[in-house]
Amino acid sequence: MANSAPPKNSLVSVQNLSFSRGKKKIFDDISLEFERGKITAIMGPSGTGKTTLLKLIGGQLFPEQGTVIVDGNNVHRLRRAELYDLRKRMGMLFQSGALLTDMNVFDNVAFPLREHTHLPESMIRTLVLMKLQAVGLRGARQLMPNELSGGMARRIALARAIALDPMMIMYDEPFTGQDPISKGALVQLIQSLNNILGLTSIIVSHDVQETAAIADYIYVLSEGKIVGQGTPKEIEQSPSEWVQQFMNGAPDGPVHFHYPAKDYVDDLLSTGKRY
Amino acid sequence: MTEFLQQLGKNTHTSFTKLGRASFFLLQTLSGILSVLARPRLLLNQLYSVGVLSFLIITISGLFVGMVLGLQGYYILSDFGAEETLGVMVAASLVRELGPVVSALLFAGRAGSALTAEIGLMKATEQLSGMEMMAVDPIKRIISPRFLAGLLSMPLLAALFSAIGIIGGQLVGSGLLGVDEGAYWSQMQSNLDFKDDIINGVIKSIVFGFVTSWIALFEGYDAIPTSEGVSRATTRTVVNSAFTILGLDFILTALMFGDN
Repeated sequence: MANSAPPKNSLVSVQNLSFSRGKKKIFDDISLEFERGKITAIMGPSGTGKTTLLKLIGGQLFPEQGTVIVDGNNVHRLRRAELYDLRKRMGMLFQSGALLTDMNVFDNVAFPLREHTHLPESMIRTLVLMKLQAVGLRGARQLMPNELSGGMARRIALARAIALDPMMIMYDEPFTGQDPISKGALVQLIQSLNNILGLTSIIVSHDVQETAAIADYIYVLSEGKIVGQGTPKEIEQSPSEWVQQFMNGAPDGPVHFHYPAKDYVDDLLSTGKRY
Repeated sequence: MTEFLQQLGKNTHTSFTKLGRASFFLLQTLSGILSVLARPRLLLNQLYSVGVLSFLIITISGLFVGMVLGLQGYYILSDFGAEETLGVMVAASLVRELGPVVSALLFAGRAGSALTAEIGLMKATEQLSGMEMMAVDPIKRIISPRFLAGLLSMPLLAALFSAIGIIGGQLVGSGLLGVDEGAYWSQMQSNLDFKDDIINGVIKSIVFGFVTSWIALFEGYDAIPTSEGVSRATTRTVVNSAFTILGLDFILTALMFGDN
């Protein structure tokens, strides 16, 4: 396993976390650190619980054991009002964008401002236009979510996520299903927002190239465990078979191509069964 | 036998768990109502989509139900030479029973299913999750305004249904079948009691509005976030609302009119 020491100056710290869905163990005693001002990526095959991890960090799910510390607060010990106060400082970009479909682009970006501040409409307008300008979609303010392409929806959701000037943003599969131009735009946006606004970014993704290009530190997850961690360079040179299979996209390896099943020949020869 | 008992136990457990979730959901919804009153605009928008948009179906159905009551009532009453009391029969049937019950069933089909589908899809497209992550409580922002709108709309829609129905009965009774118009209205006025008939009808419709909105919103909120899940939840809303409305109607009628 490639190993540089995990970052020390953490904004988010996940310690000895375990979580199951039904009988399936999603995380088995994992610990991760997310350094302030940096872009940290969590990578791994589909179904490894990357999105679940973001929901655990955001306090939407409760772990079986372990703690999640965000800016000194134990997320799962906070009272509801305190958790909501913390969430105002945590932006999250959902895979689907999660825009409110009954509002246009402007109102979507203005939504958190209207809900949490008592700013006059003129100031909200200025702020919304600034956020939309940052993602290059100031001209699309009157469109409804169903009139946006997937890439545009994600950029609008990003504008909404930074509306309250959060300390961190969690990106859930930001590049999935995007055309190369949108991917490029998002890569640039994530990096520039991180640098200009001094954000801490957590990216959950299985898009190797894009993520490795902007991440400062990468964790590779598989089957509930951390199978590799380090800078993108260290991950690239990792001797771990898991990491190599994932980074190179090999169809078979430690993560098997076949779903577990009984012997193929026995299965074909057993008659009298419907399945 | 063991399997049967296992299945029975499992189903009972699932039902009670769901009932527990639904009760908790209701408590949360009720506790969000104060914040809705502080933002009346949220309520007004929902009153429009839940209440005003149900006007047409309620009006047309009320008119036809009243007309049918006028026809059937006339045929029966005229056998006894009592067609003058047609107004009482039509109005009592509507105000006591058909107004609250049929408008609640229509409300469950029109507004209830729409609420379930809307909330279920908001869940499936992560809009509710997104709101939570923006530190906005979806119960207060989305659910409570819709619940209050349903609760307020239902008695008004039931009253509209009954009023239009009574006019429909009069159109058929007096217009087509020759019942004296004066007798139609005056018999109705003198024989219908404000408390026993009208207030009891209003109480029924408030109860139906409460349970229908609760069921519709809970089914949406509790739906499995897939297309099939939302479709099943929408069906459950209509079916469960219908059962609940009819069952509660029997209980309420027995309680309200039992002494007469």
